[in-house]
Amino acid sequence: MRAPLSWVREYVDLPADVSAEEVARRLTALGLKLEALEHPGAEMSGPLVVGRVLTMEPETHSNGKTVNWCTVDVSDANGTGEPQGIVCGAHNFAVGDLVVVVLPGGVLPGPHGAIEIGARKTYGHLSAGMICSARELGLGEDQAGIVVLPSDAGKPGDDAFALLHLRDDVIEMEINPDRAYALSIRGVAREVATAFDVDFRDPAERSVPTPNAAGYPVRVEDPAGCPVFVTRTVTGFDPSAPSPAWMARRVQLAGMRSISLAVDVTNYVMLELGNPIHGYDADRLSGPIVVRRARQGERLTTLDGTDRALATEDLLITDDSGPIGLAGVMGGQTTELSGDTSTVVIEAAHFDAVSIFRTARRHKLPTEGAKRWERGVDPLLPAYAADRVAELLVAHGGGRIEEGVTYVGAPPAPIEITAPADLAARVSGVPVEGGTAVDALRRVGCTVRADDDVLTVLPPAWRPDLTDPYDLVEEVVRLVGYDQVPSVLPAAPAGRGLTRDQRLRRRVGFALAGLGLVEVKSFPFVGPEDLDALGLAEDDVRRATIALANPLSTEQPALTTTLLPGLLRAAARNVGRGAADVHLFETAAVFVPSPDGAKAPILGVDWRPDQADLDKLLAAIPEQPHILSVVMTGRLQPSGWWGAGRAAMWSDAVQVVREVARVLGVDVEVSAASRAPWHPGRCAQMRIGDLVIGHAGELHPGVCARYDVPPRTCAVEVDLGALLAAAPDVVRAASFSSYPVAKEDVALLVDASLPAAAVGTTLREGAGELCESVRLFDLYTGDQVPEGKKSLAFALRFRAPDRTLTEAETGAARDAAVALAVERHGAVQRA
Amino acid sequence: MSGPNASYDPVQVTPLGAEQVAQMRADALEAIAAAADLDALTQVRRAHLGDRSPLALANREIGALPPQARKDAGQRVGRARGEVQSALDERQAVLEAEREARMLVEETVDVTLPSDRGPRGARHPLTTLSERIADVFVAMGWEVAEGPELDAEWLNFDALNLGPDHPARTLQDTLWVQPADAHLVLRTHTSPVQARTMLTRTPPIHVICPGRVFRADEYDATHSPVFHQVEGLVVDKGISMAHLKGTLDHFARAMFGADSTTRFRPSYFPFTEPSAEVDLACFVCGGTGASSISDTGTCRTCKGEGWIEWGGCGVVNPRVLAACGIDAETYSGFAFGMGIDRTLMFRHGIEDLRDLFEGDVRFTTAFGTGL
Repeated sequence: MRAPLSWVREYVDLPADVSAEEVARRLTALGLKLEALEHPGAEMSGPLVVGRVLTMEPETHSNGKTVNWCTVDVSDANGTGEPQGIVCGAHNFAVGDLVVVVLPGGVLPGPHGAIEIGARKTYGHLSAGMICSARELGLGEDQAGIVVLPSDAGKPGDDAFALLHLRDDVIEMEINPDRAYALSIRGVAREVATAFDVDFRDPAERSVPTPNAAGYPVRVEDPAGCPVFVTRTVTGFDPSAPSPAWMARRVQLAGMRSISLAVDVTNYVMLELGNPIHGYDADRLSGPIVVRRARQGERLTTLDGTDRALATEDLLITDDSGPIGLAGVMGGQTTELSGDTSTVVIEAAHFDAVSIFRTARRHKLPTEGAKRWERGVDPLLPAYAADRVAELLVAHGGGRIEEGVTYVGAPPAPIEITAPADLAARVSGVPVEGGTAVDALRRVGCTVRADDDVLTVLPPAWRPDLTDPYDLVEEVVRLVGYDQVPSVLPAAPAGRGLTRDQRLRRRVGFALAGLGLVEVKSFPFVGPEDLDALGLAEDDVRRATIALANPLSTEQPALTTTLLPGLLRAAARNVGRGAADVHLFETAAVFVPSPDGAKAPILGVDWRPDQADLDKLLAAIPEQPHILSVVMTGRLQPSGWWGAGRAAMWSDAVQVVREVARVLGVDVEVSAASRAPWHPGRCAQMRIGDLVIGHAGELHPGVCARYDVPPRTCAVEVDLGALLAAAPDVVRAASFSSYPVAKEDVALLVDASLPAAAVGTTLREGAGELCESVRLFDLYTGDQVPEGKKSLAFALRFRAPDRTLTEAETGAARDAAVALAVERHGAVQRA
Repeated sequence: MSGPNASYDPVQVTPLGAEQVAQMRADALEAIAAAADLDALTQVRRAHLGDRSPLALANREIGALPPQARKDAGQRVGRARGEVQSALDERQAVLEAEREARMLVEETVDVTLPSDRGPRGARHPLTTLSERIADVFVAMGWEVAEGPELDAEWLNFDALNLGPDHPARTLQDTLWVQPADAHLVLRTHTSPVQARTMLTRTPPIHVICPGRVFRADEYDATHSPVFHQVEGLVVDKGISMAHLKGTLDHFARAMFGADSTTRFRPSYFPFTEPSAEVDLACFVCGGTGASSISDTGTCRTCKGEGWIEWGGCGVVNPRVLAACGIDAETYSGFAFGMGIDRTLMFRHGIEDLRDLFEGDVRFTTAFGTGL
């Protein structure tokens, strides 16, 4: 809401020396939050006066431009009384017109700051000042050139600041949905009066004629949607009469466009009182006005020129021709006020908030009217608002107000609220006396009865938001002052600290950062192209995504099932910005569609729903497993004075999972797998026992190319939730022997395709209980090894819990290990 | 030597007189002093204390002397040998120390050579800030509650007094999933976690709910369709706005320093009544709005206002308590919520919100693993 302060002051006895800043500050404290404070006209200074064009000579210059060399009577404003010579580029005026002239020394706002106007040589003349356009004066966009004033606007030399109402203060406020009354000068003025404890004059307080049967006929078929409908009629109106400057200026400062007198008046009254108004050209109406819901298949072309299919829920204004307006939202084209409208039928109605809200939403028409209706309008206003419109129309456009006054329906009765007298004190923690609370409620317009410990409160018509006892509390506390609320730290019972998963997730995050990975947060949206680029098969489960009804982009219309696209894009972005070594991780939820397509019911809100219904609701929420993904590209260790560097490779990806598992105390096993988006020969399946938790390895070259990341980029995607679940709650202390260790190395020739891990497992098994560890320390293929074979060298460590092992014992254990490898894998021991 | 001197060799008889012994000692000490390095000293040791050294040979002769002469000669030779031995040991220690000193000098490296061989990892500042916030509340005995990001419409809206015709439910603000009758939404706030908490626990409830939330919003320097919120909820007997203020003041002090304070302004949220916006006294300019380092003279963090909009809060609307099965006659509560992203931005001077989501490692590594 933009409120010109001069307008507000009309209805409040605000001392003249109170600044707009102070008004804004106090309104903010009451809940009308300051968005912006503007001082239109403040950057301008005079002399800015009315001038009469005495002569104008068009001159065409070598640049092809025609300008007018004018002399303008500005009376004594220039100090000499002589006509002022001014060059003007506009052509929308004639000799004898009244214009606005800024004389040398005046200052106008420019696009890059204030411009001081001087006398300057241009087009062969000394141009002493400027004839002003609307834009140059801050009066809005130029229509046709310079401002031409009505012939009776004033006389040469008159001060144009006052004449055009150029200077004002505009307080722009953010109005919360519960303070709809503040979407009007009336409401703002009322709050200002409260804030400064000064008198308020209600602009709606006026005597209006008694309704009669002579007004324009109206029938309301849906009184729930339209409880009140008032019409007044003005005849003999002059459609060419201009809006008075003050009205056009206020409408403009309030954020609307000045259009014509009739339209400006309806907007002016809406802004002033808060009741949206519609005007009809009576000559274009046929038959009585009927308010009803739309019928199947009906259409309406609204004022914005859009032909709309109507829904049967839409509340309409109709006449014999059919729909002529979307009630409360936007009028229709056929009955629009136009340049030849001389008879105006004024509609001031009251509409149901929800009905208007739905229609405005359905047709995407958040108009000034709809904005007010859906938040709630004072239902007593229509008669007064219609009267005020009629008064302003004839005051500035002539004609007369017809005697007929139509008033159909009755305003909804306000709802009485009862509340404990001490509720405000209890809820706010401010020691508000009962009397203070009653006084505060009366100040906002409530009728209050205090019996014993209970207040019975009737809110004023302009506060439809006040329905609950707690609503009253807010009114009391904001008038007492939110700054009066004391600061008291509540004591919570002893808590249990972070949950197990919360603790473990932190541990994982630190471990990943310790490995040199940088955490990334990406958006969880994905599209078919992202999944195609990963090379997922048509039937890959990750292609089953949950689609958004209103996606942010058509490329990514669904919730993601993998974090890799986001990470790969981040990696590509980093590489594109010149980073060569990029190692990223993300932990986040992915979204798995429910196989049965369960639906979450909408339950009641009066009291806690049945557990069975709640269970049904909770069961319908799709699985959202927590995933850990990693992308690594470039070097893990750079080359330097210490020697050659090392690029991140498939095994580093595998190791990330192992490291995470290690900090969690979980054993993971690895086996070969083939799965997109990984390189089919360099993909490790990661398992906890038989549970597959994800994959790690080098990406498929095609994936790297499609995501524009360097070849050999590696990646991990594992189910973090499964890892956390497998972590032991309590780590058992290890028992270890203090007897000496015995070491044996074993080199085995095996088939090149045999997984090393299998051989290691076999050795461990064959070596028996004395074996403490088996570690692969060398892998060799080449000259010394036959084609199709590889040599694996293992270090075995032996130790007994109770004695020093003899060479014979160690040797026997080693031989048993080798023997099992020979038997199981056809291994050959190398010398 | 003891027993008969069987290997007595008259040719090798060495005089055991005082002058001779003194000469042997003097020769030995001179050689020791002259030994330039440990190798030379080893030679000297062999020559002057070895089995065939003059003093060793002299010692061997003592047994052949008449008993009355043995004592004198023995003492003389023994003393000489002892002195030579000490001199050798001393010289040995000196030379070893010299060798070590030389070796240490030779082993000197350039410690300014680069040492960072591993990549630099980092945790996202949104993660660490969320944890830090959680820690403030966990220290007061609160617990951290979590819930799904894709949640039931009823939990995100209806249960929180956002009825079917509330503007917040319009298509423009909320990201809905298909089909519409599944009634699932990407949560627009972390409040469904509050609802879940109230539905599953009995008061007293003290929880903090950090998490990722979604709005169909523009993506620019100050808006993002995906952002992060932290909400707090207390439900207990006798809870008032004063407890809300006390909690937020404590939160502000924990995050922004001991002098921090908050201010309430009346506001509106469907799930709270009364509702307030909470402003934080600017921790950079101390609430004055002025800055001596800024070109304009106004504080850049609070734009000269002295206060920073921090979040929304209020007393839990009794309708919300009822929908979650909590008796509003017995219990009352407060709730608050603020943007973690926004808090991170003004706390750390981040100009562009998109820095948080682009994944540029230079942005994130600057924060390391904590903030």
